[in-house]
Amino acid sequence: MELLSKISFNLQSGFDETVTALTKEAVEKRIPPDEIMNIGLIAGMNIVGEKFKNHEIFLPDVLLAARAMNCAMEVLKPLLIKDGIPIKGKVVIGSVKNDLHDIGKNLVAILLKGAGFEVIDLGNDVPAEKFIRVAAEENADVIGMSALLTTTMPVMKKVVDMAKDEGLYSEVKIMVGGAPVSKAFALEIGADAYSYDGANAVETVESFFRENS
Amino acid sequence: MKKLLERLHNGEILVADGAMGTMLFERGLKSGECPEELNLSRIDILEDIARLYLDAGAEIIQTNTFGGSPLKLASYSLEDEAPLINRNAVSAVKGVVAGRAYVMASCGPCGKILKPYGDTDPEVIFDSFEIQMQAFAESGCDVICIETMMDLREMLLALKAAKKKAPGIPVMATMTYDATTKGFFTIMGDTIEKTSRELEAAGADVIGSNCGNGIENMIRIAEEYRKHTSLPLIIQSNAGLPLIEDGKLVYPETPEFMALKAKELVDIGVSIIGGCCGTTPEHIRAIKKALGSNLSS
Repeated sequence: MELLSKISFNLQSGFDETVTALTKEAVEKRIPPDEIMNIGLIAGMNIVGEKFKNHEIFLPDVLLAARAMNCAMEVLKPLLIKDGIPIKGKVVIGSVKNDLHDIGKNLVAILLKGAGFEVIDLGNDVPAEKFIRVAAEENADVIGMSALLTTTMPVMKKVVDMAKDEGLYSEVKIMVGGAPVSKAFALEIGADAYSYDGANAVETVESFFRENS
Repeated sequence: MKKLLERLHNGEILVADGAMGTMLFERGLKSGECPEELNLSRIDILEDIARLYLDAGAEIIQTNTFGGSPLKLASYSLEDEAPLINRNAVSAVKGVVAGRAYVMASCGPCGKILKPYGDTDPEVIFDSFEIQMQAFAESGCDVICIETMMDLREMLLALKAAKKKAPGIPVMATMTYDATTKGFFTIMGDTIEKTSRELEAAGADVIGSNCGNGIENMIRIAEEYRKHTSLPLIIQSNAGLPLIEDGKLVYPETPEFMALKAKELVDIGVSIIGGCCGTTPEHIRAIKKALGSNLSS
């Protein structure tokens, strides 16, 4: 699959226009859209994620690759829906209330999308109630929360407590991350997992689905 | 009061203050509210915090303006109030310290990612910082501290805005690094070596690091800085990564521990030592006491 490795290669370099053009070409050549997605785009993003994890590349490279992925997905999405390709799982994600930054959270969203998950990004300053409401409405599999400021971390505990109260705790896996968050903290508040970076967040979500199957 | 830079170049060691955010939350700031809005409505809280740090022995006291750039304030629809928000914060601290400490105007990230990686033009970010720096200049702070930056390019925009709008006011520039197996990097991939070189070239007067992951990492960061620059260094560490105990956030590093490590920072050649998240007036008091023999004031 010469063309699909070309897609993967150009995606890793963040060439969004080339990736989009190659994706269109692949569609015209009647390569199945899920193959284009898995062997071209997701394979490329996996390499990007791996390099990021090993500190060989940094956030700027990941952002560019993600943009290329998103452009190509715009081409593929209607075809995937038409073919009834099932999504891998649904993740509701956001930065907790009153936090300053959403760089880390955006990165996790990008890499999860890159790995083929459906991501509902609630953005920044997300109150606990909203995580719970959207997760219930959307029948999500995972709630992912990020905090940059230590002062906002208690919101994470509130979400876990609310999930217990609302009977969601056994249905939804809760994952936390962000600069000040630690594994001990995640255990303490009753979250299912802690992720130390974007690539690890993808591995963690993948592991949730392996447990389930 | 003697000029700050003169004292640093004479080899004096100065103690700065500790965390602002935690102090604000303890005094009624609610999660989801804009911390800088207090600069319009609750000057008394700003004065109270400045007084506590002054009493603890801090010689450099920061203002509540970390999120005071119009771009950042826009997420609370307060962008038009930016000049007043910044001026009020400086005036509040200035009134309390009354010449007994330096007033350090804090400037944090704008919350946007620069093109081509993000969606924001450098001009937009520069304009926003200009407005904040202009307000700092008008209100007469002693020093500006651009802090918690994770993108060197954004830092350089803020620094340029400071030098343009507040010429004559010294600027400190501190970045936040992650410890990786390959060394320290900002999330955008900037190294300490590159940061040192570019900040020095852009006219920063004092450089260093803040926040981070505990004071022991800061010792390694300071060593790395010292290899690459002869500028005075500032380190404002957090008190480690917090845990929740009985529903409250607890930071692991005690005043005694941080004070002990602060001495190591002085040995490396750090000129200004303060605190970030989780540090309290008690931490500052302990650091001040531990450095007693190094302080010449």
